[in-house]
Amino acid sequence: MKYLGIEPGRPRIAVFDFTSCEGCELQLANKEETLAEFLSAISIVRFREVSSADEGDYDIALIEGAITRADEVERLRAIRTKAKVLVALGTCACYGGVAKLKNAYDLAEANREVYGSDPKETLPTRPIRDVVTVDLEIPGCPVSKAEVERIVQHVIWNIPFKFPAYPVCLECKQLYTVCRFEHGQLCLGSITRGGCEAPCPAGGLGCWGCRGPATDPNFEEFITIARERGFSDREISERINFFGALEVAA
Amino acid sequence: MKINLDVDVHHLTRVEGHGNIRVAVKDGEIREARWDVVETPRFFEVMLKGKHYTTAGILTARICGICSIGHCLASLRATEQALGVTIPETAAKLRLLAKHGETLQSHWLHLFFLAAPDFVGLPSALPLLEVKPEVVHIARRLKGAGNRLCDLVAGRTTHPVALQPGGVARMPPREKLLALRDELQRSFEDIGATAALFGTFAIPAFQRETEFVSLKGETEYPWIGGRLISTDGVEHDESDYLQMTNEYVDTRNTSKWCRLSRPSFAVGALARYNNNYRLLHPDAARAAEQFGLAPVCHNPFMNNVAQLVECIHVTHEAIRLIDELVQEGPVETMTEVTPRAGVGVGAVEVPRGILYHHYEYDEEGYIIRANCIIPTTQNNANIHQDLPALAKNFAVDGMTDEKLELLCSMLVRAYDPCVSCSVH
Repeated sequence: MKYLGIEPGRPRIAVFDFTSCEGCELQLANKEETLAEFLSAISIVRFREVSSADEGDYDIALIEGAITRADEVERLRAIRTKAKVLVALGTCACYGGVAKLKNAYDLAEANREVYGSDPKETLPTRPIRDVVTVDLEIPGCPVSKAEVERIVQHVIWNIPFKFPAYPVCLECKQLYTVCRFEHGQLCLGSITRGGCEAPCPAGGLGCWGCRGPATDPNFEEFITIARERGFSDREISERINFFGALEVAA
Repeated sequence: MKINLDVDVHHLTRVEGHGNIRVAVKDGEIREARWDVVETPRFFEVMLKGKHYTTAGILTARICGICSIGHCLASLRATEQALGVTIPETAAKLRLLAKHGETLQSHWLHLFFLAAPDFVGLPSALPLLEVKPEVVHIARRLKGAGNRLCDLVAGRTTHPVALQPGGVARMPPREKLLALRDELQRSFEDIGATAALFGTFAIPAFQRETEFVSLKGETEYPWIGGRLISTDGVEHDESDYLQMTNEYVDTRNTSKWCRLSRPSFAVGALARYNNNYRLLHPDAARAAEQFGLAPVCHNPFMNNVAQLVECIHVTHEAIRLIDELVQEGPVETMTEVTPRAGVGVGAVEVPRGILYHHYEYDEEGYIIRANCIIPTTQNNANIHQDLPALAKNFAVDGMTDEKLELLCSMLVRAYDPCVSCSVH
């Protein structure tokens, strides 16, 4: 793949999964219309979900999932020592994601409820930055493949990537999506970082904040508006805490 | 000659999630043959407690990155049963269309990217991009059509947004539905080429008598709701799913195991076929016949063929549904939902088999108790039971560790397991 006759770098990428639904790595095989170009721009050396090959060293480790067990801590640390660049892929890896919701419950009790007298090992959920140094965080539940493609372009041309400072709201305006509040729904679009191209509001659902906060979000004003629109503190709090990506109390 | 074989696979590749295979044959005797799931538990059933009815479908979609639409639909069905909601007929059609999109993207992903490489001696489908790009382009087009169908109807293919309590948020634009209809119609050429390719694959000759569980189709091949049936003659109402699943905890597995008339049973495309083959589209039935798939088929490797047969059926069904939907004028796709106390069960056939969600709500619409029983949870004990039989079958002169490892891996992959789902 050349642009203006110049050969770009072809980064060696390995994909690893921890506690997750594996939906983010699945996005790497989606967006089929540009899949061939995407795969020819990178070199996949390890990707357990779709390949049995193990082609040795890698420059970039993509990490999907949160950390919830001691063996995951060890595995992640070992990957960190081998990777030049370690990337958190998706909301679970960046913030803990929905996997972090269990931290609000007594884990011994949870274990008894699910496994009875044969409990399974489990630790409170942590994002990967709480265990190892992370070089880049790509949020999203799931990640936007279009954004991943943009980031890969920056990587192979050696140009730093900047996430948008603006919130999801801006992208709804660009798409002529009617505000979900006008449909009587709660929406976190005004405080959540854009760049996803706002698929949830366009599909009929308010934003749930999977991408973390926009730059300088006005949480107080958001909560005032949500209350004015008739949403209870319980509803607002359930929404804000859903992905563990917006650290604020309603 | 005394045969000694040793297979030890840690974190099997080309499956969703983390599982291990261990087989040891000593002096011709099977000493050990195991399938163990070591995935980290996530405790979704606990997290659901105290959540609002509008959150349940969004949360449980995250159980699985591949069949998130199926989880969302089972969740919505359980919620709507509990809250006494009947969704508009058009919404039911849209949900089924989204379901078909998911079946297509998931089955094509499995057939091309996870299963096929074993039959052509490759570690993955990625090298095909260099040596046989036309196959990758067929896979890309077929899987892409499934994903575009999900995007159009559910708003997104992974973790849907338009599927909500009360129905579906909006009717997709007519011209986009018609464009997808054309794409699906054109895909039959690619499907034909795929069937020809899979016709060249040598499916391992292996049988183990198995009980197969699925929804029972009455007039149509079943996907969403209805009675439960097994090939051993067990039949129950959807709400009595616990009598069909009988989950229990195994010490060495983070996934639970299930049993019915025998120590284990199977769900998935082959189970749906075995119980409902009479209801397939004639083109799909013809393809089954050409592949030598006949009910009741007890060869688990034939689940790959059953998925291909279902892709043909589902493509026809999706076209029929689009034809019906574009005939409808501006119609309501949502009905109002009022919280009340209640209990509901939703059973949905997702790509890997029958899935159950079961919720109890308080009068304000918050969940008191939840239970989810996942297809791969139901299959794990059966895979575990298959392995000794497979090892016994193939522990013959000329067998090597590498060949047996490949056969065991292919067996597990044939179930298309969703391991992180099975632990949830």
